[in-house]
Amino acid sequence: MKKAEDYINKKVLNMPFSGIRKFFDVANELEGVISLGVGEPDFDTPWPIREKAIYSLEKGKTNYTSNAGLLELRGEIANYLDRTIHVVYDPAKEVLVTVGASEGIDLSFRALVEPGDEVIIPEPSFVCYKPCVEMAGGIPVVLETKAENEFKVTVEEIEEKITDKTKILLLPYPNNPTGAILDREDLKKIADFLKDKDIIVVSDEIYSELTYGENKHVSIASFEGMREKTIVLNGFSKSYAMTGWRLGYAAGPEAIISAMMKIHQYCIMCAPTTSQQAAVEAIKNCDKYVDKMRKEYDMRRRVMRKGFLDMGLECFDAKGAFYLFPSIKSTGLSSDEFCERLLFEERVAVVPGSALGKSGEGHIRCSYAYSIEEIKQALEKIAVFVKKIKG
Amino acid sequence: MLKNDILEILENNSRIKINDVATMLGKSEEEVNVAIAELEADNVICGYSTLINWDKADKQYVSAMVEVKVTPQREQGFEKIAERIYKFDEVKAVYLMSGGFDLLVMVDGKDIKEIAYFISSKLSPIDAILSTSTHFVLKKYKDHGVIVEKNKKDDERMIVSP
Ligand SMILES: Cc1ncc(COP(=O)(O)O)c(C=O)c1O
Repeated sequence: MKKAEDYINKKVLNMPFSGIRKFFDVANELEGVISLGVGEPDFDTPWPIREKAIYSLEKGKTNYTSNAGLLELRGEIANYLDRTIHVVYDPAKEVLVTVGASEGIDLSFRALVEPGDEVIIPEPSFVCYKPCVEMAGGIPVVLETKAENEFKVTVEEIEEKITDKTKILLLPYPNNPTGAILDREDLKKIADFLKDKDIIVVSDEIYSELTYGENKHVSIASFEGMREKTIVLNGFSKSYAMTGWRLGYAAGPEAIISAMMKIHQYCIMCAPTTSQQAAVEAIKNCDKYVDKMRKEYDMRRRVMRKGFLDMGLECFDAKGAFYLFPSIKSTGLSSDEFCERLLFEERVAVVPGSALGKSGEGHIRCSYAYSIEEIKQALEKIAVFVKKIKG
Repeated sequence: MLKNDILEILENNSRIKINDVATMLGKSEEEVNVAIAELEADNVICGYSTLINWDKADKQYVSAMVEVKVTPQREQGFEKIAERIYKFDEVKAVYLMSGGFDLLVMVDGKDIKEIAYFISSKLSPIDAILSTSTHFVLKKYKDHGVIVEKNKKDDERMIVSP
């Protein structure tokens, strides 16, 4: 007789659980852990958004929406993309409301990838790209971004990875876990390089509202010729502190969005209705809440970075998302050892950089989606630990 | 703007250390100290008080808001009459208002009787005051942007997530 696991698809069977997951299981067992390990905002969803959801429930708006999502919401998303990244999309045909950016990532690969197609994935990056490409039958080609480039992907590195099988370049910026962003010049070079190549860009811009300093987020889709070969993925989780609402969107050329929509229609039907109702309020009227959270993150970012520099750890001035990615190479420990010992000896949880890509080795991901008090408390403990190791 | 950023931080927590403010804003301690000194000198920062929920403290405490209608005085408008009122210790705040009355006066005392006495014997008899309408505060839910009863919410996020 076959055992249950013998029935499991080999691809799935051989797929490892995410490294973060393993670490979570350990950290969760311990008492009194201070964490800098979380990849979601500490803020509650702004009240007007929650209130809109409650109101829509009171009004009995509890049915499916159209497959692509409420047209009103798609309209507001198109307005938003026009005013922020300055790219115009037709809400009726070029915008799809998804269950988080997560679904958008999955749909992009499933809609485009044929068996054997290669997808270039810069790492360190979010955990789901590689497995999603594999599940879609594609071959993930990892591009290891470098600390000395502040984890920006460069044209030379892309060129090196391109083969005649390359179909997609994934652009995960602003980046989780490094906090790296690509500014206008960086993107211009990549756009120029891609101009005459038959490569689609999947641009995960979920952290687009969380960039610090003078310059706002720029999308690759805004460069000449790129709109037609870019899928822009974004969502409400990070910018509006709405992780649990599970709402995101994809925007791109009609043919591709329509293909993604076909899969979405059969697998998902539609994104959660209450979340869509609330999202209309978020994207239309809540800029000031986003500004306030961004300002708060920026202050925490400075406090945390100074903490690491004071400990003698290198930490580049990451201008995006809500992570810092200090180097712990000077301690002589690997990322895994560092995180494990920090957890057991000082009860502080941070994420090993290696869990998010091999080139993250020698780094740790520290989230500043925590109050300044919590950050300072954690930093104090990390400082004690680092001092002990360095002697 | 640096000064506004500093004010926002201090409004939330006036006990914060200056070197923390400096780090949060990416400035030197010196710059922050100079800015605060100027804000104090210009009376933009008028004091550093503490937000207290007296209902929870072991002290008898009642407060009221009094709507006051007055006859503005020639050449001095409302200034003179406002001054007459705000000089009383019982008066915690005085605002000039638009709408159906002129001055909003916040008064506190140890019980209703004390406040009633103050209004009938000190406030109402002032010449320029035409009428008063007193509203006692029954319960404070939110004050200065802070929800007073709020118990600190536990962090319900997972300890580690991608
Ligand atoms: C880079 C990146 N992309 C996508 C996601 C998924 O976001 P969503 O909640 O919209 O599915 C995350 C969440 O951590 C992320 O960090």
